[in-house]
Amino acid sequence: MDKIFRVNMTDLTCKVEEVPAEFATLGGRALTSTIVAAEVPPSCHALGPNNKLVFAPGQLSGTPAANSGRMSAGAKSPLTGTIKESNSGGTTAQQFAKMGIKAMIIEGLPKEDKWYRLHVTMDGVTFEDASELVGKQNFDVIEAMNEKFDKKIGVMTIGIPGENRLASANISVKDPDQKIRSHGRGGLGAVMGSKKIKAITVDATGAGKVAIADPEKFRAAAKVFAKGMLDHPVTGEGLPTYGTNVLINILNEAGGLPTKNFKYGTCEHHDKVSGETMHDTIAGRPNGHTKHGCHAGCIIQCSQVYTDDKGEYITSGFEYETVWGLGINCLIEDLDDCARIDNAMDNIGIDSIEGAVLLAVAMEAGVLPWGDGKEALRIMNEEIGKCTPLGRILGNGTGSVGKAFGLTRVPVVKNQGIPAYDPRSVKGIGITYATTTQGADHTAGYTIATNILKVGGFVDPLSKEGQVELSRNLQIATTAVDSTGMCIFVAFPALDIPEVLPALVDMLAARFGVEMSVDDFVALGTRILKMEKEWNTKAGFTNEDDRLPEFFELEPIPPHNAVWDFTPEEIDELWNF
Amino acid sequence: MKITVKLFAGFRDNRFKVAEQDVPEAATVSDILTALDISGPELGVALINGRHVPPEHVLVDGETLSLFPKVGGG
Repeated sequence: MDKIFRVNMTDLTCKVEEVPAEFATLGGRALTSTIVAAEVPPSCHALGPNNKLVFAPGQLSGTPAANSGRMSAGAKSPLTGTIKESNSGGTTAQQFAKMGIKAMIIEGLPKEDKWYRLHVTMDGVTFEDASELVGKQNFDVIEAMNEKFDKKIGVMTIGIPGENRLASANISVKDPDQKIRSHGRGGLGAVMGSKKIKAITVDATGAGKVAIADPEKFRAAAKVFAKGMLDHPVTGEGLPTYGTNVLINILNEAGGLPTKNFKYGTCEHHDKVSGETMHDTIAGRPNGHTKHGCHAGCIIQCSQVYTDDKGEYITSGFEYETVWGLGINCLIEDLDDCARIDNAMDNIGIDSIEGAVLLAVAMEAGVLPWGDGKEALRIMNEEIGKCTPLGRILGNGTGSVGKAFGLTRVPVVKNQGIPAYDPRSVKGIGITYATTTQGADHTAGYTIATNILKVGGFVDPLSKEGQVELSRNLQIATTAVDSTGMCIFVAFPALDIPEVLPALVDMLAARFGVEMSVDDFVALGTRILKMEKEWNTKAGFTNEDDRLPEFFELEPIPPHNAVWDFTPEEIDELWNF
Repeated sequence: MKITVKLFAGFRDNRFKVAEQDVPEAATVSDILTALDISGPELGVALINGRHVPPEHVLVDGETLSLFPKVGGG
């Protein structure tokens, strides 16, 4: 029987609650956003006693469905001030689902100045003294927990920036190889730090199988779904071979690769850090793996294990966004340097998108030279990682750096750093950045698929025509997919292969024993997205916050010399549904 | 006429990264794909000067054609 764990950090209690009927078929983003919208006062301080940190596995997590192992974390974001959902691979989504934990809601703040480790079992949560973990970065926390328990223990942890409530702090999740995946965006690590929770350990002893109401129907749909993943050239071949970083070259050729803090749309040294180069580098080194899954049951395997020329581990989960941010936007040409900085961000526990975008702004401010990978690594470990005064300015995010140094070229929306696609030359993603409920976030409505990659049709990236409708449709669909626990990359086959989306919906229907159509699935996305928007409105956000920074209107970007030219009225059309 | 062809991802396997090629007047993107033994369905994106072009696009002397298989990420 599914249950909800309600953890109160003020009186150090855990109540085990029944799942309300209206939550029965929810999961992932749908559930975290529903709980945050209902229980978190929009005007509260994100680091104060009234914010709540909610974890929920996806609707299909823990089942045999391929690629369903994503965990959602939700709260009011200390970075954006908006509602936030950030999902991650790792091991905890499947553990929670198999333990029957529909959600864990963490509320209140401790009365004492004392750090805790929450220990989650089938029976509830206990509050363990975490003083021996305080001051440790993430890899040491994971190692300590593996020694204390064994490698089966699930771990979610924050590093020193999270302890110090820096707004770029993430929640790091142990992956199947004892390394790290992250609830990256929005500073949810700072929320965990504000509640004095250094780590969460998950002991899944006694967990069973996730109940499936109609196993035969589920098996049949799961087979169709998995076949779609493997048949589609992006999820079946492109992603597993080159990883997400294959995008460097295509965005460069299309003139949409933000370079030197969004000054240019192409980069001369792009091939030094491209997916093709990365693939050959990994394949040519001992112990490197060009394929890796972020959770058990992933059949796409778009990730990798990156080693040095002696075969020593440098990093894994080294994604396009991070490579772009460091290698292109900061002009760090050495891929090994970029990999070491990625590993440092995993270790200290900051979002590798925010971390890379803020570094470029710091370079523009003169804090460190353009392209200096060694100094960037030092700043990560010695300044942000140790929360020095400079590290706090930087670690509070891109907007913080811009304000501290009086800059105007600060790529943020709702104070969250803009990811790896220039909104002037890929206009659909600009609409998503501007309007998403989450602050600038490419995954919220990934128009790159249709603007650049010609998946799900084609909408000219340099034209305004059709972009609002494209972003709207993708934001609705993404909200629904983020609720399933599925990797967002299932969208590639879902956009192109007619059988895939119905198979996903059939799995949901079979899992819960309900009738469900594709229209119902879309309606869920619509409902949750509107709920998030309404909560943001109560938190004080208006349409005027759905705007890109002014410099995108003022500075044409080569090579297309495109500017951001949507009117406010055109942008606001997104919400007319 | 001469054009430059740039290949990416799996299209580079057993071919090349960048090459200048002599092609007949009025050659199309499809003609280049045929010459490279790349089937139509394998093509993800063709770009000239950073703009997407369809397979029937007629090439002009001096242009650079960038060809990608179906790739993705995010």
